[in-house]
Amino acid sequence: MFADYTMGELGAIFAMQGFAGLILFSVFVLMALGLAIIFGQMGVINMAHGEFMILGAYVTYLTSNLFADYLPALFSMYFFLAMILAFFVAGGLGMLVEWALIRHLYKRPLDTLLATWGLSLILQQIYRSVFGAREVGVSIPDWMMGSLPLTDMIEVPINGIFVMVLAVGISLAVYIMMFRSSWGKQVRAVTQNRVMAGAVGINTARTDRLTFGIGCGVAGVAGSAFTMIGSTGPTAGQLYIVDTFLVVVFGGAASLLGTIASAFSISQAQSVMEFFLSGSMAKVLTLLTVVGILMLRPQGLFALKLRK
Amino acid sequence: MSDTPENPKKPMEASRRAVLMGGTAVAASLFAPKFLSASDYPTAAVNTTGLAVTDDEVTIGILHSITGTMAISETGSVQAEKLAIDQINAQGGILGRKIKYIQEDGASDWPTFAEKAKKLLVNDKVASVMGCWTSASRKAVLPVFEQYNGFLYYPTFYEGLEQSPNVIYTGQEATQQIIAGIDWVTQTKGAKSFFLLGSDYIWPRTSNKIARKHIEKLGLKVVGEEYYPLGHTQFNSVINKIRLKKPDVIYAIVVGGSNVAFYKQLKAAGIDMTKEKPLLLTISVTEDEIRGIGGENIVGAYACMKYFQSLDNPNNVAFVEEFKKMWGEDIVIGDVTQAAYLGPWLWKAAVEKAGSFDIDKIREASPGIELTTAPEGYVKVHENHHLWSKTRVGHAKEDGQYEVVFETADLVEPDPFPEGYQ
Repeated sequence: MFADYTMGELGAIFAMQGFAGLILFSVFVLMALGLAIIFGQMGVINMAHGEFMILGAYVTYLTSNLFADYLPALFSMYFFLAMILAFFVAGGLGMLVEWALIRHLYKRPLDTLLATWGLSLILQQIYRSVFGAREVGVSIPDWMMGSLPLTDMIEVPINGIFVMVLAVGISLAVYIMMFRSSWGKQVRAVTQNRVMAGAVGINTARTDRLTFGIGCGVAGVAGSAFTMIGSTGPTAGQLYIVDTFLVVVFGGAASLLGTIASAFSISQAQSVMEFFLSGSMAKVLTLLTVVGILMLRPQGLFALKLRK
Repeated sequence: MSDTPENPKKPMEASRRAVLMGGTAVAASLFAPKFLSASDYPTAAVNTTGLAVTDDEVTIGILHSITGTMAISETGSVQAEKLAIDQINAQGGILGRKIKYIQEDGASDWPTFAEKAKKLLVNDKVASVMGCWTSASRKAVLPVFEQYNGFLYYPTFYEGLEQSPNVIYTGQEATQQIIAGIDWVTQTKGAKSFFLLGSDYIWPRTSNKIARKHIEKLGLKVVGEEYYPLGHTQFNSVINKIRLKKPDVIYAIVVGGSNVAFYKQLKAAGIDMTKEKPLLLTISVTEDEIRGIGGENIVGAYACMKYFQSLDNPNNVAFVEEFKKMWGEDIVIGDVTQAAYLGPWLWKAAVEKAGSFDIDKIREASPGIELTTAPEGYVKVHENHHLWSKTRVGHAKEDGQYEVVFETADLVEPDPFPEGYQ
């Protein structure tokens, strides 16, 4: 299939395919990080993860309208503020949900699945009532929408670079919080042994709330970033939820490193196969491979070694 | 069929919105809509099959998704149908009876559509139903309509390969929408090679099959054909593939949320559609979808369908004005919304031509019904229950509207079972 093309063209395409894979990787990391914190660390199956992402997207939409109406001079910079707002709004809602709903269900992990699924339906209907059933168009500042021509053939989308930088930044932040801060130590202690953690004086209720809030906040930032590449509508969150769980489960639920490794392998596999096969076939093959590997290794790619 | 419709009469200014040129049975005056009195049409005579028709009211059903993923698309159809019903009632209704509607929510779930259709037909005994949007929902309700002899007006452009005695298809079937567009792009833009792209379900696949047949018949080349699952949000790989194949035309039939992702990523990848290298031709993006995509992300693309909000004719100017008055200034109207608006009017014309609400008589009366007041211009119901309509090509502008750059000289005959294209 490559006979018709020159070496230059082929080189350019491989370079751009490489970028495409990396962008997909970053998207997966952003989607999955919030869930990895909530599902991986707390064991809560948060089916409303996509809706928290879309909340971030709607916050971005509102912020962009606000800037367009009142601060048009600063419009090109609104995106950064929007992401910060998205983090706090989604995180705040997450803490509220944890307080009202999730904390009563820690001993019944499968019930959280139903409860959060119900929550996702409620949130979808709220978005529909408030913002309308139609998708909203989020206007992105011009500088974020073009591409960077490296050579005649190779062009790199700026929003792709933006998503990559963001993914790296947030992964680092989460890593530092989890492994270098006292909060992270508390979270890990609560995950490993809730009773003992409580006995040594860790406020487990507060830790849970904060963890859930941060997980949701990260989802909000991801949703905010995805306004650049995807749609913003009441049910758009559903587009992400399957891939998100796939990445987290494949990576090994309790391991952040596993999440990143799995995001990388799934995204590369999918992007390469999409290029050589058709989109639907690529998806089928990716899912089959993941199912096959999970059958051999039910705990996922990386698993914490725990004494059970 | 060989009966090309005679030249449409120009609707008069004073009554452009209000008047239907029905068949021979109805003598509607052009200047003042004639108020038919219900007493001229006793209920026992116009309703022999026990439909929900009283001396002063007739009940119809509206069956669309107002919740779930399809609500995005179907809301416009509901709005259009309600507008048409209001306008008909303001003119005195049908055979002297006001239209009352019962609205049911298909909830984007095909079994629910079938269940609600049964409820409307069996419990409510509605005289007709305006409804459905996706082919899947239509296929789900079809057996119900055929079993209980209901009558459905279906608004969406779709893949064809269907013709039910219980359905009037007010949108275009695939050949009407596709062939004229491909002819246009080859003749005026000199396109030689095409890259076909679509979401992975029946409508894009069938449409692309027809497109491919036609392209190959013209002696031109299809350099790629790709499908992505519904809801797919990552198009970078296929965009790279498009770059490599360098087609003259990207023929895109992507739908739903994927649409937004596709156009945003296309733009971000540096493919500037205003340069038309490659040119992008779509049959799935109406003004409605552009609201989600953002006009700046799709400016320069071409769309091929039968209606654009910017159509400049008196019918449409009035329609757009009324629509905005009812549903808000910043609303946009897409192809399907306009087709949905035709539903109640076509039904009214059929009832008045038949002089009866009986489904069998309406079915008999429907072929040949003409509508000179349609926003898209003149349309006529074909023997095969689809509409004769013009096909137009629009050029997307930054403000989210299309500028009409081409329209077929004549009405295009609907051909749901195209020979050699299946």
